[in-house]
Amino acid sequence: MTPAKHPKHDAAHQHVTGEARYIDDIPTPKDALHLAFGLSHCAAGEILSVDLEPVHSASGVRMVLQASDLPYLNDVSPSAHDEPLLAEGHVHYAGQPIFIVVADSHLEARKAAQLAKIEIARHAAILTIDQAMEANSRFEDGPRIYKKGALASAMSKAEKHLSGQFDIGGQEHFYLEGQAALALPGDQNDMVIHASSQHPTEIQHKVAEALNIPQHAVRVEVRRMGGAFGGKESQGNALAVACAIAALKTRRPCKMRYDRDDDFIITGKRHDCRIAYKVGFDATGRIEAIDFTHYFRCGWAQDLSLPVADRAMLHADNAYNLPNVRITSHRLKTNTQSATAFRGFGGPQGILGIERVIDHISHKLGLDPVQVRKANFYPEMGSNKSAKTPYGMDVTDFILGDMTKNLLESSCYNARRSSIAQWNSSNPHLKRGIAFSPVKFGISFTLTHLNQAGALVQIYADGSVLVNHGGTEMGQGLFQKVSQVAARALGVPQNFIRASATDTSKVPNTSATAASSGADLNGMAVFAACKTLRDRIAKHLAQSYDCSPTEVTFVDGKITGPGFKVDWAEATKSTYENRISLSSTGFYKTPDIEWDRIKGQGRPFLYFSYGAAITEVVVDVLTGENRILRCDILHDCGASLNPDLDIGQIEGAFVQGAGWLTTEELVWDNQGILKTHAPSTYKIPACSDRPDIFNISLWDAKNPEATVYRSKAVGEPPFMHGISAYLALSNAVSACGDAYPDLQAPATSEEIFNAIARSKRSTA
Amino acid sequence: MKPFPPLLYAASGQGVGNATDSGAIPIMNITFLLNGEPVCAAVKTGTETLLDFLRENQALCGTKEGCNEGDCGACSVIVTDGEGRAQAMNSCIMFLPQLQGRAVRTVEGISGPAGDLHPVQSAMIEHHGAQCGFCTPGFITSMAAAHTNGIRDHDTALAGNLCRCTGYAPIIRAATAVEDAPIPVWMHDNTPPSAIASNDTVFCPTNTDQLADWFMTNPEATLVSGGTDVGLWVTKHYAKLSKIAFLGHVADLSKISENCQFWRVGAAATITDFMDTIKSEYPSFHEMLTRYGSPQVRNAATLGGNVANGSPIGDAPPALISLGAKLVLRRGNDRRVIPLEDFFIAYGKQDRLVGEFVEAIEVPKGQSALRCYKLSKRFDQDISAVCGCLNVLIEEGLVTQARLTFGGMAGIPARAKKAEAALIGQKWSLSAIHAAKAAMADDFNPLSDMRASAEYRAAVAQNMLERYFYDLEGINVNVREVLV
Repeated sequence: MTPAKHPKHDAAHQHVTGEARYIDDIPTPKDALHLAFGLSHCAAGEILSVDLEPVHSASGVRMVLQASDLPYLNDVSPSAHDEPLLAEGHVHYAGQPIFIVVADSHLEARKAAQLAKIEIARHAAILTIDQAMEANSRFEDGPRIYKKGALASAMSKAEKHLSGQFDIGGQEHFYLEGQAALALPGDQNDMVIHASSQHPTEIQHKVAEALNIPQHAVRVEVRRMGGAFGGKESQGNALAVACAIAALKTRRPCKMRYDRDDDFIITGKRHDCRIAYKVGFDATGRIEAIDFTHYFRCGWAQDLSLPVADRAMLHADNAYNLPNVRITSHRLKTNTQSATAFRGFGGPQGILGIERVIDHISHKLGLDPVQVRKANFYPEMGSNKSAKTPYGMDVTDFILGDMTKNLLESSCYNARRSSIAQWNSSNPHLKRGIAFSPVKFGISFTLTHLNQAGALVQIYADGSVLVNHGGTEMGQGLFQKVSQVAARALGVPQNFIRASATDTSKVPNTSATAASSGADLNGMAVFAACKTLRDRIAKHLAQSYDCSPTEVTFVDGKITGPGFKVDWAEATKSTYENRISLSSTGFYKTPDIEWDRIKGQGRPFLYFSYGAAITEVVVDVLTGENRILRCDILHDCGASLNPDLDIGQIEGAFVQGAGWLTTEELVWDNQGILKTHAPSTYKIPACSDRPDIFNISLWDAKNPEATVYRSKAVGEPPFMHGISAYLALSNAVSACGDAYPDLQAPATSEEIFNAIARSKRSTA
Repeated sequence: MKPFPPLLYAASGQGVGNATDSGAIPIMNITFLLNGEPVCAAVKTGTETLLDFLRENQALCGTKEGCNEGDCGACSVIVTDGEGRAQAMNSCIMFLPQLQGRAVRTVEGISGPAGDLHPVQSAMIEHHGAQCGFCTPGFITSMAAAHTNGIRDHDTALAGNLCRCTGYAPIIRAATAVEDAPIPVWMHDNTPPSAIASNDTVFCPTNTDQLADWFMTNPEATLVSGGTDVGLWVTKHYAKLSKIAFLGHVADLSKISENCQFWRVGAAATITDFMDTIKSEYPSFHEMLTRYGSPQVRNAATLGGNVANGSPIGDAPPALISLGAKLVLRRGNDRRVIPLEDFFIAYGKQDRLVGEFVEAIEVPKGQSALRCYKLSKRFDQDISAVCGCLNVLIEEGLVTQARLTFGGMAGIPARAKKAEAALIGQKWSLSAIHAAKAAMADDFNPLSDMRASAEYRAAVAQNMLERYFYDLEGINVNVREVLV
């Protein structure tokens, strides 16, 4: 079998036939029990009484557990041990689990969970950014501040000034497969967990803590997730721990999956935030001084909010060399769902902040925003100039100058911009807009020790290869990419390789599959294991055929040396018969990175991924209704491991990013109750929302850093291309009047309608 | 490492308490074709969903639950009716008794019996149309249904299937690539005539007279046709329905007939069928209805249901009221005909007597000035924030009649009577429109909710009037008509 040029997703056949199994599809023993949480309907208060009698006596109910029934640690936090599985004494948000129902069926558990009588003395809830600032309700003792240069003097010397602030909405992950876990009790109170999780090792740790057993007694397996996007980094802990406790108590398999409404109401989302700015610049739009303040609404528990807000600060510069800058970041504690990881992990908010500032500057100066963006770019790789980020990292791989030039030409930006201006002048009721946005995204976990990965590669006597690594498959094609790395490293056709489910008993102490790091880290670990095995086989054949191991080559399933050529399977059989191990671990840690998050200094990233997008939209002046007409993207994946899979990531990321900034609006009422908790009320993009014309190209250049086959990470960076849609809408609204539209995010039809009014108002 | 204390729970465990028996006994058995084979399902309450039956009883786990409310399409299956029409529908809000005499094809039955892939499956692999794969079975069934029916407007055909990974582009490329591929032989489902099980709790009448008699004596019963609304009472609010009549086999109730003045649309005619009927006469109404739910919803939902549930945000009533449609209500052997607008009295209150049901809607023809505008957060498959259906008669330059009806502006679909009065007798002009917009401010006092604020609703409803003027003047005011 000759591998196709760009192999398909390894499970493509299972996906289209419905054979691919997700947690709820795994056949369970007949006596399996099903769990549901009973939730708080109050955002803040003291629990006065809990009457669970009606729950106990409901049909099919086997057991009901409250915090006081938990055997050991009541905690599912990924960070600060501040997130009890079940509320104790107080509730901190509307949606917080208070008790667990264990029943014969999913439906019976859910029905019974509605029946508790819970009396809560309401406290004043802190719901908004303003309320949290007023009450000084925050994580960490004060704001984090990163600085570079001399802000005050540069600001006062600058020729021109602007200030403003805007709100950026959150985002529900809306993975199609909701959170789910299954616990199977074993011998000696061992526990096997099947989870829909990006972080099996963390599930293992939390279950071990909750049952007070060693980590070796918990095995967590993840074959695939039905989407994750960061929402399954920490949010699955609660289900897995609940199932494990119930399985321990009942000695039966226990399964839990959230109904869609529960998933919305219980779990964290992308952080919504406010970004305020003061900027000093010159007549060309060159930024001389900029002062950002980020206000992140983190919700009730810390979760991953600190690194998320850090990453927003680390991306406050995006592609721009800011000589004098201060970024102040408030991490606010509110009585809402605990905001969590979501594709980009704070980066999108940070980048939207600076892109909005440049949009504002361009509007003020009457310049093409592209010119202002280019005027502020970091120096290009290979130029003699150098520059540091606001956190002191040298930017040495900047390629957006060339990429921008290329994209402006391929998308006919200049011609379209003039024709749009002309069209707008003769169309009073519809206005078009076009915008360019670049992205520079830092690759590595900012918590440096997470930048490691392990792999286990096993070759069987028939030559088939089983690859296992710490990364999880959530649809991104990681298993496929890693299999390709193994095939390439061993010089065998793709069909010899099988990637198996992620399993904490095969590869221990793994990091979450997050921060776009999946292929970078695990690909390298698999490569290392394959290299060890290939060297063993080469050494064995070299001895047999009396040559040097360096003369042995592995290509297309044939192993060749001076005077011999043997089939892969023949060689593996012979290696086995000569009592040589055909199993190897592999390990990788990212080199050259170090980071001090308190000082805000260091090199947190191994490299940057780059990309640029140009999007055109049209808006209806009478209603604010709008549509994306065209999008052109040029994106840097280094030497792509699989261009088709990478383009799939880019297309999907753009639509998801545009959804974040347009139709996806989370609405809470003034009691802190989430009102948008199902697809009927929360609107992710549908099929017709994608651009009619949608051109994606890859920038074909190797990563200067020695990553796996010189590729670059692709999961998160293209999400930021959605910002071009927001900027294009701002551009279209600008055609309605002279004032800056001050567009907030998400730019729903209603928000665009209001922005049109603002742009006209100051004209009059 | 600190020593681990002895285990709290011995291997024998605490024992599992006896659950109270949930086991209602089956009240009827129904049969239908499932992936080409007859299957018998025991019905206990009548509200068991097809999705649960497939996953929990048949071990057919390809069909997924994504939202349990008919909004994501992950649970899509193909349902073929007695006339051989194969349509995509949402199995999560479809009750088992609705399937009597039907054939169901799930993703497992889209591949051939020998494992051959359907052309849409091969194309989805070829074009990388699946990433996480969870929405994929629903897409495959919707695509296969569209393929079977020769539908090439893929954006509309797939509007009811949400994907969070791909951005849809590769899925559309896949669907386009196999438009001309032959329909695999195994896709043809013949639904042999079968006896329709029925009893007094789960009543499945086969003609309207039976229904009328039964409903007189069982007026507390719930009438279910497509189940796209009642389904959510059950899946989201755990409603327990004591008695249900399923209307899927009442052939005369789904009939659409016509004379030169109007169509008589049976209450159980689906939105899909109704759309086809009015397409050439009322293109704007038709276009608006392409955004009513999704194909899966429109294939199940009925015009009668959209009226009878009394919702203030149903999309058909505003247009029907602006056309002056009439409602045929039936109670036993008595019928009365009332203007549709009089049916809606207040939020949650309709002019319907005990034991009375909607039998038909009479939709007048020949009103070419009707225009329908639906405003929602998302273009496709969203509930209207405001739905404005505007219809004026202009004679010799003067407005002689005006019916301006809005959904989402009040507790019921309601006419803007003051705005209408401001227009009537005036010259059809922008200044008359502006006067009517001003008058409309006193017509409505809308609510703020998660879909839109009261202020926005009020402003946009007025602007729809202005759009209407440009629309009739031939000036484009539709973002959908702008091309790059």
